[in-house]
Amino acid sequence: MPTKARGRSARFLLPPWWFAAPALLVYAVVVLYPSGAGVVYAFTDWSGIGEKSFVGFDNFGKLWSDDAARGSLLNTFLLTVAIVVVQNGIGLLLALGVHARIRSRALLRVIFFAPAVVSPVMVAFLWKYVYNPDPDAGLNGILGALGLGSWRQDWLGNPDLALWSVAMMVIWQFAGYSMVIFLAGLESVPDNLHEAAMIDGAGPWQRFRHVTWPLLAPAVTVNVMLSTIGGLKLFDQVYAATNGGPGYASETLSTVLYKQAFVFGNFGYSTAIALVLALFVAAVSLVQIHFLRGREVTL
Amino acid sequence: MNLRYGFRTFALEMLMVVVAVAFLFPVYALITLSLKDPQQIAASPLAPPTAPTFGNFADAWQRASFGSALLNSTLITAVSVVVLIGIGSFAAYFIARCQTRLGYGMYVLFLLGIVLPFQLGMIPLFTMVDDAGLLGTYQGMIVFYSGIQLPFTIFLYTGFIRALPSDYADAALIDGAGHLRAFGQVVFPLLRPVTGTVLILNAVFIWNDFFTPLLYLGGSAQETIPVRIFSFVGQYVSDYGLVFAGLVLAALPILAIFLVLQKYVIKGFSSGLKG
Repeated sequence: MPTKARGRSARFLLPPWWFAAPALLVYAVVVLYPSGAGVVYAFTDWSGIGEKSFVGFDNFGKLWSDDAARGSLLNTFLLTVAIVVVQNGIGLLLALGVHARIRSRALLRVIFFAPAVVSPVMVAFLWKYVYNPDPDAGLNGILGALGLGSWRQDWLGNPDLALWSVAMMVIWQFAGYSMVIFLAGLESVPDNLHEAAMIDGAGPWQRFRHVTWPLLAPAVTVNVMLSTIGGLKLFDQVYAATNGGPGYASETLSTVLYKQAFVFGNFGYSTAIALVLALFVAAVSLVQIHFLRGREVTL
Repeated sequence: MNLRYGFRTFALEMLMVVVAVAFLFPVYALITLSLKDPQQIAASPLAPPTAPTFGNFADAWQRASFGSALLNSTLITAVSVVVLIGIGSFAAYFIARCQTRLGYGMYVLFLLGIVLPFQLGMIPLFTMVDDAGLLGTYQGMIVFYSGIQLPFTIFLYTGFIRALPSDYADAALIDGAGHLRAFGQVVFPLLRPVTGTVLILNAVFIWNDFFTPLLYLGGSAQETIPVRIFSFVGQYVSDYGLVFAGLVLAALPILAIFLVLQKYVIKGFSSGLKG
């Protein structure tokens, strides 16, 4: 349908609707229909075989009374906050470092970014060795060699540490990803603004705080949104490194819903957890978009 | 700006190099251990290998049937990306040019898919794929990726096409070309920068994806690299030299492509998501 302003003559210039048909079909089959069905299943006691009956909000009540699931809600939240803050903090420092006129900048960019293109499952297996409880292996071995033997830990076996150890390896893998997004932001800050600020007598910190930082806002938006969604949905790394253990210490929403579905066969309950995850992601994204877009400035 | 390479720049350079060395420790451990046999690992796990052996790599390649996994990953990734570029660019062209409620409604419908976690439809889709007899097949995975990565693909294409003047296509249409020809021969070549971004981001995602291939392909001969390595590691968990050789094999193809195309990959990752 062309708008009236374009008139009849422009109508034949518009691509026909069937250009979108193949995409719509695939999207409906793979995403829309299954997601809609998922919302319905979340209110049933379906177990994959036999009849399913509607149970109202029972699955959501169960989520609150089930220790593993309730713990996973908190874990998912903590993990996401840790990843968003630390990964982006480190990413920003790395970006500022390699944005400076150092000679190794090109090489350092490649080194810091490289882990981001490797499969998270493989990074998790690598870090499983780094976190080896053996005092002579992995990180413990390094700490021993540095004379910090008292810092040695059972990184993944200690329930108080497991979740943070997982966060650490996610941050190691993706800090370079945050870095390249911040770098793109830094490169868009015009040099003459810095020169003007210098002439006005601003020191390095003032220039960062009042020139660079406000202009980095779009990069902050992208980074915060990406790491939040990534953190909320985190599965591969947890599944490969701890499988949610020890006990339920590092269980996340994604690992709990996976186990409920494919280990215990509670399909209805599992989709209810997925629905909670979906609502979380949607709510957090909307709030972030609203808040972060609001602080972006244009030149 | 500070254009001189003064002491402060030198100090920063040293600091960054130290950070990079610490950052690379896991990679050092990975390579060192993959070059040692079990006795050498037991004696001194982290010392540089004195007599490096490549036996672990040959062993890992064979025991993980790595060749077939490499082929499976390549096939599934390549076909999925081609389908995504094909159907995604066509749909985005319609959405970007049709500035009515229909076009806008479609755009919002596709964007919804960026926010929806795929786990919401995971079980219904799994039963559908099972009923269609597509578990353990390439086709099942290709259809899955063609759908799940569409929202993001259309988002990137639509943003790019909206900023593109329609004059070229209009001229072709006025000269009597059909819509298919105008798009295929005039518009699509102009989309090359964004097609590059779409290709890189989708290929990296699909190549590394684990959860769905584990569900759909686990135990079959069609397993992709992450799934195959997952079961390989489970099987030989205590033999670090062998396991790490497997991890090096698994990471090498994508790292090699990254190193060759680093400029484009970094650009794709940093620009693609800005919308």
